[in-house]
Amino acid sequence: MANPPVHEWTLLAAAKKVREKEISSRELTRAILDRIERLNPGINAYITVLPEKAMKDALACDEALRNGRTPGPLHGVPVGLKDIFCTRGIRTTCGSRILRDFLPPYDATVTGKILSSGAVLLGKQNMDEFAMGSSTETSHFGPARNPWAPDRIPGGSSGGTAAAVAAGLCFAGVGTDTGGSIRQPASVCGVVGLKPTYGRVSRYGMIAFASSLDQAGPVTRSVPDAALVLSVIAGHDPRDSTSVDLPVPDYLAAAGQGVKGLRVGLPREYFEEAGLDPAVRASVENAIAALAAEGARMVEISLPHTRYAVAAYYIIAPAEASSNLARYDGVRCGHVTCCAGGLIEMMSRPRAEGFGAEVKRRVMIGTYALSAGYYEAYYGKAQKVRTLIRRDFEGAFSKADVILTPTSPTPAFKIGERTGDPLTMYLSDVYTIPCNLAGIPGISVPCGISEEGLPIGAQLLGRHFREEDILKAAAAVERAIPLPRMAPAMEA
Amino acid sequence: MEFEAVIGLEVHAQLSTGSKIFCPCSTAFGAPPNENTCPVCTGMPGVLPVLNRKVVEFAIRTALATSCEVQGKSVFARKNYFYPDLPKAYQISQYELPLALRGHVDLELNGGPKRIGITRIHLEEDAGKLVHEGNFSGAQSSLADLNRCSVPLMEIVSEPDIRTPEEAGEYLRRLRDILVYLEVCDGNMEEGSFRCDANVSVRPKGQREFGTKAELKNMNSFRNVEKALEYEIRRQLETIEDGGKVVQETRLWDAAAGITAPMRGKEEAHDYRYFPDPDLLPLIVEKAWVEELRGTIPELPGEKIARLAATYGLSRYDAGLLASSRALAGFFEDSLAVFGGNPKVTANECIHWKDAIAAGKLSPETIAHAVEDREKGVISATASKKLVELAIETGRPIRRIRDEMGLTQVSDTGALEETVAKVLAANPKEVESYRGGKTGLLSFFVGQVMKETRGKANPRIVQEVLKEKLGE
Repeated sequence: MANPPVHEWTLLAAAKKVREKEISSRELTRAILDRIERLNPGINAYITVLPEKAMKDALACDEALRNGRTPGPLHGVPVGLKDIFCTRGIRTTCGSRILRDFLPPYDATVTGKILSSGAVLLGKQNMDEFAMGSSTETSHFGPARNPWAPDRIPGGSSGGTAAAVAAGLCFAGVGTDTGGSIRQPASVCGVVGLKPTYGRVSRYGMIAFASSLDQAGPVTRSVPDAALVLSVIAGHDPRDSTSVDLPVPDYLAAAGQGVKGLRVGLPREYFEEAGLDPAVRASVENAIAALAAEGARMVEISLPHTRYAVAAYYIIAPAEASSNLARYDGVRCGHVTCCAGGLIEMMSRPRAEGFGAEVKRRVMIGTYALSAGYYEAYYGKAQKVRTLIRRDFEGAFSKADVILTPTSPTPAFKIGERTGDPLTMYLSDVYTIPCNLAGIPGISVPCGISEEGLPIGAQLLGRHFREEDILKAAAAVERAIPLPRMAPAMEA
Repeated sequence: MEFEAVIGLEVHAQLSTGSKIFCPCSTAFGAPPNENTCPVCTGMPGVLPVLNRKVVEFAIRTALATSCEVQGKSVFARKNYFYPDLPKAYQISQYELPLALRGHVDLELNGGPKRIGITRIHLEEDAGKLVHEGNFSGAQSSLADLNRCSVPLMEIVSEPDIRTPEEAGEYLRRLRDILVYLEVCDGNMEEGSFRCDANVSVRPKGQREFGTKAELKNMNSFRNVEKALEYEIRRQLETIEDGGKVVQETRLWDAAAGITAPMRGKEEAHDYRYFPDPDLLPLIVEKAWVEELRGTIPELPGEKIARLAATYGLSRYDAGLLASSRALAGFFEDSLAVFGGNPKVTANECIHWKDAIAAGKLSPETIAHAVEDREKGVISATASKKLVELAIETGRPIRRIRDEMGLTQVSDTGALEETVAKVLAANPKEVESYRGGKTGLLSFFVGQVMKETRGKANPRIVQEVLKEKLGE
């Protein structure tokens, strides 16, 4: 078999080849930048590409290797970041007009960790505005497209990241997941996406959508690659009070372990969902069979409060967002308009002009939910539901070590298909949202391809801070069901 | 019908930590605009607050000093509103679950002791400051200075236990003294590090329900708080006497005009949409930490006044003057340790020289030596005053100055007898008049002896010798 082209290499392979000087970072980076130049206009996976900076950094990586410096785990490998992570001196838009000219004076902790691991930053990846969406259609910079079918969405909100990984426009990306924003795009783009336990990865410098749910995580072409990126970005950060001071395990080693005896919970309710596409069901059943064949044990479990998860999420997330997004008032950064009309107009006009329709919708929902007289009925109640969902998982994890579900009820839908119907759009996240509400880790791994040739993912959920369990289960699915990780349409 | 006022006070005290409550920026007053800022306190995208442990420590110490119950778990919430001096568009403040509850401050009033309840103590961050070019309504532009953003504030809310403006003033002074004693707040009202809002209503005496209250703001001194309350109580009483009704509203004190006036605008209609801040975990305070901090609470003003009065036989007034500063009271007791004697004399000296003491220009030894020399008749009261002044000026030991200047006083009866004899011999007429019954002339002879000895004689001894000689 011929060697795969450079852009198809896994992150681990690319890092090894650079480290062992089989290829220079300069060549590797040049190859990916050329590909971005050729393909990004069609896919729109990147909002900002940094060709000069990337080449300069690649040369510095090669130089450092020549000088015998100990390389970091991602040394010289070009990667991308969702445009939600602040990058010092590099425009960070969060997919919004209101931040289209924002140059952060600081790096996010994730940015800093990725850079100090030796990775070369290619650019900032497209996303739904302020991570609010499941299709990357709410981006001020235009929708990203699914490399498997350019008339379809790449999922969202980390759609640009998933599309870039699937199209070979980077070796890995870091996205964020508030209600499925890493896992759902990974699923519909046929790549791996991991949302770590809340508190595992620092949120400092990651532009907030819903602070109690947001978590950064890797998007890659293989499970071991995801394990490697997670080991780079995980860990306690004194600048994030919600990050947890626990040692970072060897995730890469975990991804290599077998699943014999692992108890895999199958939540009855998740398979009874009316909107579940038969092709998705069939593919997830393949994953179940694959795990069983590897020696895992299937147990039926129940997560009865899942049916309230989407409703609770669409109170909590917009409530927090309404407060988080209030700072964009045109006074200090981002989109500023003339203030001839006085104070109120000075603060409301940048918001009217700078925010898109979906952001405004959620800010209004959230403001309403927190208003005097409604707080208990909405926010208070949603928090109670959240507690019940967390207890559901606690109960389930007494019987199972991991939980297997579909990631998205359907494969990628067509661009424009659901933009007029926010409710249907919100239901794209029905399987991914409970995980964020409970704060547990979840991963999406490819497990099949639909008749139309669209990728399908399976989701594995684990106990708090037990990313090792879902990594090894996902790796077993990956080994058992070999699927192309590059979008075939891209090879044309 | 007789009416009484019901007053509750909300004090905002700036905690004197070196850094802000949620970021490491300096809290120093008077820095150039926006110098003491960082991405966190200016609310840049993606940044997160991290609670300053020192701030919590200061608030716990305050809670202990006011007999509050420190809560094992308290929660920071977001108070949401738009204003250009509030970069995040929300203020982080403890709301439903504050750090401390149910305490009190004891006052000594003319009518006897009175206990004022404390409802709660909670932590929050300050907002920035807007500087308007021109007057407010016609300003061409407004400038935002965010130095003060996230400076730590502690809000202390009293129960509505206060009945008169004087009680309010006493409560504030005592509370301020406690905070200054604890070294958690500099207590400076003019610079705004100790601010007070008041809730005030009136009701017929004996009625249990409260009347409709007004909230008073913008009072920047203790005196202004008292004056604003006096005015507002009178205004509410007159409103009722005229058959009107008090309206619930916020009123601003106008110190120049000496009146309160309703605050304009939509402030009243605010819905702050409080909710727990998801960026901060609930604040868990371990009992062991509270106990450790309890050990750091110094003797507080009330206790100190009582102890100084009882131990040294001082009046409550003098004890209060000494205890007005922890340093002064300490100086007083340090002086007594050097020379005991009559504590009242030392107390008077300390009170007299309190400014120089505060400025660090006097040592307890200096005062002790001055008092000792005077009590033993080595120097006169006049000489004592002069010597202390010189000690302040030169910083040199007071006894060395005394010796160099020859200011030692003659108390030796034998030595004085000679001078007295001389003075009597020189003034035969006056001696005759005195012996004829004009005893008022005694002071004349004393003056003459003092003049002869150039002030070095001990006037008490001079008198004794004179009386003896003139009686012969």
